[in-house]
Amino acid sequence: MFEISPTEWTAILLSLRVAVVATLVATPLGIALAWLLARRDFWGKSMLDALVHLPLVLPPVVTGYLLLLALGRRGFLGAWLADHLGIVFAFRWTGAALACGVMSFPLLVRPIRLSIEAIDRRLEQAAGTLGAAPWQVFLTVTLPLALPGVLAGMVLGFAKAIGEFGATITFVSNIPGQTQTISSAIYSLIQTPDGDLAAMRLVIISTVIAMGALVASEWCARRATRRLHGN
Amino acid sequence: MLRVDVTKHLGEFTLSAAFTSEGRVTGLFGASGAGKTSLINIIAGLLKPDRGIISLDGETLDDTAARVHVPSHRRRIGYVFQDARLFPHLNVRQNLDYGRRMNRLADDPAQRGRVTDLLDIGDLLDRRPGKLSGGERQRVALGRALLSKPRLLLLDEPLGSLDEGRKVEILPYLIRLRDEGIPMVYVSHDAAELRQLATQIVMLRRGEVTAFGGVKVLTGSST
Repeated sequence: MFEISPTEWTAILLSLRVAVVATLVATPLGIALAWLLARRDFWGKSMLDALVHLPLVLPPVVTGYLLLLALGRRGFLGAWLADHLGIVFAFRWTGAALACGVMSFPLLVRPIRLSIEAIDRRLEQAAGTLGAAPWQVFLTVTLPLALPGVLAGMVLGFAKAIGEFGATITFVSNIPGQTQTISSAIYSLIQTPDGDLAAMRLVIISTVIAMGALVASEWCARRATRRLHGN
Repeated sequence: MLRVDVTKHLGEFTLSAAFTSEGRVTGLFGASGAGKTSLINIIAGLLKPDRGIISLDGETLDDTAARVHVPSHRRRIGYVFQDARLFPHLNVRQNLDYGRRMNRLADDPAQRGRVTDLLDIGDLLDRRPGKLSGGERQRVALGRALLSKPRLLLLDEPLGSLDEGRKVEILPYLIRLRDEGIPMVYVSHDAAELRQLATQIVMLRRGEVTAFGGVKVLTGSST
């Protein structure tokens, strides 16, 4: 039963690429936003917070459709990006990565924010009295101490990105070799007569990937926590 | 020379202190709640005064009238906190080296050796703060502040969190430090401690300076 067909391989590799790119691009943004939400008070903070969480509560189809409206070929942002920068998201794997990034963003930001909020700010003060400028304090104290949260957020985000379906299929459709991820491939297969076996293979593979990510994150988080408790 | 003339409102409490100290070790003495910690936080730049001036060796660090506030990381004032505040993710060696790295000072093995000898922390260098005793932590915190080469060292009850035995362990190091010649502001509510260390006393009571002078102003203070 474990003869993986080329189409299935394509979907698996595409899923991995989409989820890795989405996570790597979203992480620095997520750290910046988490810091902002944890440490700063500014006008419109609760609006921004709500906006970040929106993809978590909206139906994924709605998020995908909004992305299509904004970033499709004829969308107000999409047309501009295509004309001026040559960047096209619609019906490309990059669009799938964008959709996955947006959908996983709230899950990525939350653990990072919580871990930044949990840091003893007096340690940051101490760093200041030793001559560290605020950006140095961030890089040498805040970020290393928030590391377990950053890892947890990255894994959660990655897991969400690799399983994302609704927003992706709405925004970039389900084109084999282009935008067909594991999820949309499974969806196609279970609608095809005799597709059950192939679908089952992909189900097992996606389970293995998800489990692997969880185990890896547990391991990283445990190591990081031990390091940070000063033992 | 340290010149302080500041007012700070903190809720119901008002801190209003003015003094000029030439002393090598200025002792800030008072009961808890007298405003000692707030005052040295202002000197360190961690707290902004509502009104007034802080200057050190002729350099203005705070001047509310001229809207001057030098941030703490540019003051070159070391601070030893009551609770040490060592960085838990760094070992002792890295903690000690932190100030030098942040200030981009050249590596100075001689100075490092002198400080680790002075404080007897040479055996602790590879340990994590979590594996240190309270007294060891406080000695490392002292070394860390010293190695950032400050112009002034602030000590906020550095013995406050230690039991009697540990206090006796640290006190000789503080006396050695004083004799090294680095100017210090030493906060304590323990008159006996200040008699041993301070050269000048600022007595604080409910946010106001009630006495200023040599250690003899401590006479009659039982605490």
